[in-house]
Amino acid sequence: MKNDESKNTRRRFLKLGIGAGAASLAGFAGAKMGASENNTEEKSGIKETIKVLTPDGKLVEVEKTSILPAKDVFIDRIKAQEGIAGRKFVMVIDLAKCKNARKCIDACQEGHKLPTDHEWMKLYLLKDSDATAPYWFPKPCYHCDNPLCVSVCPVGATYKRSDGIVLVDTERCIGCKFCMTGCPYSARVFHWKKPDVVVDENTPYSPETNIPPKEGTVGKCVFCPDKLRNNELPRCATACPMGVIYFGDMLEDSVTNGTETVRFSELLRDRGGYRYKEELGTEPSVYYLPPTQRQFPWERGYESLPDSIKSRYENIDVIKETFPKDNNPA
Amino acid sequence: MEKSANDLLKEFAPQLENPTKKWWLIFGIMVILFIFGIYGLIYQIRYGHIVTGMRDHVVWGVYIVNFIFFMGLSYAGAIISGALHLMKTDWRKPIMRMGELITVISLLIGPCFIIFCVGRFDRLHYLIIYPRIQSPITWDVIAIMTDIVGCLLFLYLSFIEDFAKLRDYKELNVPNWKKKMYTFLALNYKGTPEQEKRLKQSKNVMAAMVIAIAIIVYSVLAWIFGVTLQPGWHSTIFGPYFVIAAVYSGTGLLIILMWFYRKFFHLEEYITKKHFVNIGILLFILGAFYGYFTFSDYLTKWYGSVRMDKLLIDMLFKNYFWEFVVANYIGVIVPMVILGFKRFRTINAITIGAFITLISLWFNRFLIVVPTLETPFLPIQDNRMAWIKYAPTWVEISLFTAGVSVFVILMMLAAKFIPIVSISEMTEKQDKENIII
Repeated sequence: MKNDESKNTRRRFLKLGIGAGAASLAGFAGAKMGASENNTEEKSGIKETIKVLTPDGKLVEVEKTSILPAKDVFIDRIKAQEGIAGRKFVMVIDLAKCKNARKCIDACQEGHKLPTDHEWMKLYLLKDSDATAPYWFPKPCYHCDNPLCVSVCPVGATYKRSDGIVLVDTERCIGCKFCMTGCPYSARVFHWKKPDVVVDENTPYSPETNIPPKEGTVGKCVFCPDKLRNNELPRCATACPMGVIYFGDMLEDSVTNGTETVRFSELLRDRGGYRYKEELGTEPSVYYLPPTQRQFPWERGYESLPDSIKSRYENIDVIKETFPKDNNPA
Repeated sequence: MEKSANDLLKEFAPQLENPTKKWWLIFGIMVILFIFGIYGLIYQIRYGHIVTGMRDHVVWGVYIVNFIFFMGLSYAGAIISGALHLMKTDWRKPIMRMGELITVISLLIGPCFIIFCVGRFDRLHYLIIYPRIQSPITWDVIAIMTDIVGCLLFLYLSFIEDFAKLRDYKELNVPNWKKKMYTFLALNYKGTPEQEKRLKQSKNVMAAMVIAIAIIVYSVLAWIFGVTLQPGWHSTIFGPYFVIAAVYSGTGLLIILMWFYRKFFHLEEYITKKHFVNIGILLFILGAFYGYFTFSDYLTKWYGSVRMDKLLIDMLFKNYFWEFVVANYIGVIVPMVILGFKRFRTINAITIGAFITLISLWFNRFLIVVPTLETPFLPIQDNRMAWIKYAPTWVEISLFTAGVSVFVILMMLAAKFIPIVSISEMTEKQDKENIII
């Protein structure tokens, strides 16, 4: 029944003349970037309409239910090497807002079907020097413009695309781990054992999602190109309750965290944006805004953690000093 | 003193004939160790690399240490045997073959550790069919393959004359297949002046080439580490440092083998104290170089204030204090003291010094690989505590001992197949005009 319905809506949709392909739909989907799903209207039975712009420039009103999500185009191993045309993706992470809620990690694990202990996103508690204050530091892959991991790969399993994204092809990867020693940011992780996640066997492999995961290969943050193709934000940016992660296109000079869209260059200028370890010359695509005018005390990011996660930070000096009892259960 | 080829053949024939009980005992122990390693390997294939001590930060452990170690022994063997070949002095003759055997046997074992270390060794052929020349690993693949061909060729050239002699020696009490092998491998070598000249020329060329190849190839291996940005690895000294350290360890191994073969095959007449002292002097010089390079590398890291270098040095002195002392103090000072004073220069003492060299050089490689991986630019955080510190598991140790046992097994088999003291070299008339090359 559901199939019939979707066929019908599809036909109607095509008649409207806006079915010119996933691209136009994707343009629309971009407008609701970051908005949370709201199912209440569906239940109430009122048909809500929505205005969309057709490719030939007409504004038309259609039922909201007749809009299909942009169809996922399967990107195979060859297509994945090209990159999305005319884009140069950047991420800006606002350290002032991060309170180690770890929603970015959860969304990433869920979205990429990552096994336990294989995390692409990491959350550090950094303290630059004795006198300075600690701060939470989310760390995805930096998708460097001069990536050492790509240089050292002996089989071309990892590559840089035109849109700035660095991907790993786990069907090519031999698991030599040279890229992991090459990366100065420890952004790469390994599948040490058979992945303990359930993935449909028939799922075709795409380097853009790295689903299904493969034992004995290297994985890392991919900037969610599958989402980007639909003009959606990466999973971590969408999931973050604090709007820490801004994502956008350097060529458009705009980044958004789902609630606010800002000029990339202005954001960096006004907030003193920087890249981590600039001196290494790797040219990361991820920028940080320094943790000034913070919205939360950093301690809250530790106190609210479950014990299993707390134990991951027990080797840090500032945690030992601030929370001595956590580390001395006696 | 001078003995004819026939005398030597008669004397060495028992080495090649039926093995003694002691031989079988050692062989049996080595085979058991080897089987234990195979079990470890199967276990690793079955359950994945999770059974090793390697994790997301220390991604290279004992496997890579062993890879560097065995490759180092191999290159050292090549440099020493190549140099001995070109030296044209009489004393070198009985020990040349050991150097050549070290080269080839270590060269066969070393790359196996890469196979254990890669996550997908079922895709190892991708290195050949999808190579990227930008990657130092590709350089290494090319280098090692060149080296294997060069060293096997050099070894074989040095065997031909002895194969011919064994073929012609009718009283040899060995199975028929072995005799057939000698006949086949001797390539119809009759010792005519033309054949002799050609063989000599090719050996000279190969001797010079294996020295060059060994230096280049081991430098390439060092650059795998040197080209990364990691503190402790990103060093311009690594190429020459690795080569010196390799020759140092290989010289130690040569002395140890000299001691064992001398004892088990009763070669006291051929391998004398002079050999131990001469090779020992080489060990002394290399030890001095090794100590100098090590000091130079660590001094510059320690003296400055670069944060990452400081963290690494702190780690070495705190967490790896004893390993550091063994690798860089004992490994330099003890062999040099033994060889530096005449009264310590006994055969047994020199061998102990050589053994210490070998052990300390293994730790040196361990200290190059592991502590650097434990001090990444971003501190290791948000990680399971159990995943942070590296310690080899029984699987890695089983494969390590298997590697050593294969070395011993192959050395034993080689000595059953061809006299460990080269007969052709021993009987070769010294050609005064034939100076180096």
